[in-house]
Amino acid sequence: MVTDWFTGDGDGFRLLGTRCSACVSVFFPREDGHCRNPACPGGELEEVPLSRRGRVWSYTDSRYRPPSPYVSDPELPWEPYALIAVELEAERIVVLGQAVPGITVADLAVGMEVEVVPGVLDEDTETTWTTWHWRPAEVTA
Amino acid sequence: MTGDVAVLGAGMHPWGKWGRGFVEYGTAAARAALADAGLEWRDVGSIVGADTVRGGYPGYVAGATFAKALGWQGARVASVYAACASGAQAVNTARAQLLSGLADVVLVVGADAAPKGFFRPAGGERHDDPDWLRFRVLGATNPTYFGLYARRRMALYGDTPEDFAQVKVKNAALGALNPYARYRKRVSAEEVAASAVVADPLRLLDICATSDGGAALVLSSMEFARRHGAADPVRIRAVSTVTPRYPNTVLDLPDIATDSAAGAPPPDETFRASIARAAYEEAGIGPEDLSLAEVYDLSTALELQWYEDLGLCGEGEGAKLLREGATALGGRIPVNASGGLASFGEAVPAQAIAQVCELTWQLRGDAGDRQIAGARVGLTANQGLFGHGSAVLAVR
Ligand SMILES: [Zn+2]
Repeated sequence: MVTDWFTGDGDGFRLLGTRCSACVSVFFPREDGHCRNPACPGGELEEVPLSRRGRVWSYTDSRYRPPSPYVSDPELPWEPYALIAVELEAERIVVLGQAVPGITVADLAVGMEVEVVPGVLDEDTETTWTTWHWRPAEVTA
Repeated sequence: MTGDVAVLGAGMHPWGKWGRGFVEYGTAAARAALADAGLEWRDVGSIVGADTVRGGYPGYVAGATFAKALGWQGARVASVYAACASGAQAVNTARAQLLSGLADVVLVVGADAAPKGFFRPAGGERHDDPDWLRFRVLGATNPTYFGLYARRRMALYGDTPEDFAQVKVKNAALGALNPYARYRKRVSAEEVAASAVVADPLRLLDICATSDGGAALVLSSMEFARRHGAADPVRIRAVSTVTPRYPNTVLDLPDIATDSAAGAPPPDETFRASIARAAYEEAGIGPEDLSLAEVYDLSTALELQWYEDLGLCGEGEGAKLLREGATALGGRIPVNASGGLASFGEAVPAQAIAQVCELTWQLRGDAGDRQIAGARVGLTANQGLFGHGSAVLAVR
């Protein structure tokens, strides 16, 4: 579903974007067509890993089960998850993602350092769909 | 002024969860607007509809659907889709026809029968649709974005959940005075605080509901208005339909990430601020001239953001303006005298038109118990998903 949006395992896990060779604009999710900077003549769009760490721009949570196409098991009680918008300094971009399971809004603050880690979006008997999660940098579990 | 068009009629169907079809709401609003204008449907040369999805029909419909319901009479027709800005684009399409002489009288209609609960994207596996992706990959509903904006305001400006609740208290008190509003009860800060958290820090009563509803306007050229005996009608002086400028650095619904500012400096103002500025510039009118504003209060916190984006106060001073009572009825610049979306709920294609209906009634002095004394200039502000600006400036 979001193949080519991230790569690697463990400490090597990174979000993947693309960068314009002419104006150095970065795109996530990746832009493989044309650079979207209207002042740019348009350069090659090259795949680049994004910074592993960033700072919390804002955060919230989802106390009610989101509708389809979000996948969750209606048989199980709803477990809220936190969503974190993270500012990556080098790329000057803000990327939204779910927090790792177990992190709640009480654990978060605007400006806090977080890092990207692999996570599971959902799974059935045949497939596990992976995704990215944000984890407060001081949490190592 | 040559750029003006006249508002001859305004009409609404009451908002709520009525369980009927959007065609019924739209035609009821249209008939009310025509009656208000003193015109027959047969007199209308053009109809512009703000689009909605017809159940079971693979696509968006509006203009011709309302024309059929009112009785085919050969009018020119247009239908526009711009998400929450659909109504403003419908007004703008009508205005362009009037100013170019393609029509003398245009009927603008928007109506919807909203689904219950969260808005959700259309079905299917649609990996090229950012709206589908944010639900599938993140489960990011509209309220989660409102929660992000609210928390950001708390961190940057020191806004509190109590400030947000006071927006609801204000708007509910105004909605109680509006016969077209869905919610017509006053709400206390304690009731807001006691409602369930939906997306931290926002609670159920901080977030607008989905509703059924319809709104319509009869617009004409100034020349037609004079011939029709309307010597001093409410006039639309500007319509802003701008897009953002790259890089858009505020995380915007439904995006998963902002534009990067690594390759180009961010613009001096945010997208929302540019929407209002475009209307002010076109009208030659500034925020200090406003008598009232109708803004898109999807959440209580977002209303405070609009105060700043409209230039009613400086950045970060929205909560202060609210606390001073400036945006309440009787204040310096009442905001959402209609009760806002807090009292109406969202009926997407209708809401930007409904905002102009409120301006019309206020500028005519026809707003009853919620009348703003001596109202002369009003602004609406709104934002359509995927980068559609929306603001209408009206004067009397
Ligand atoms: Zn470029």
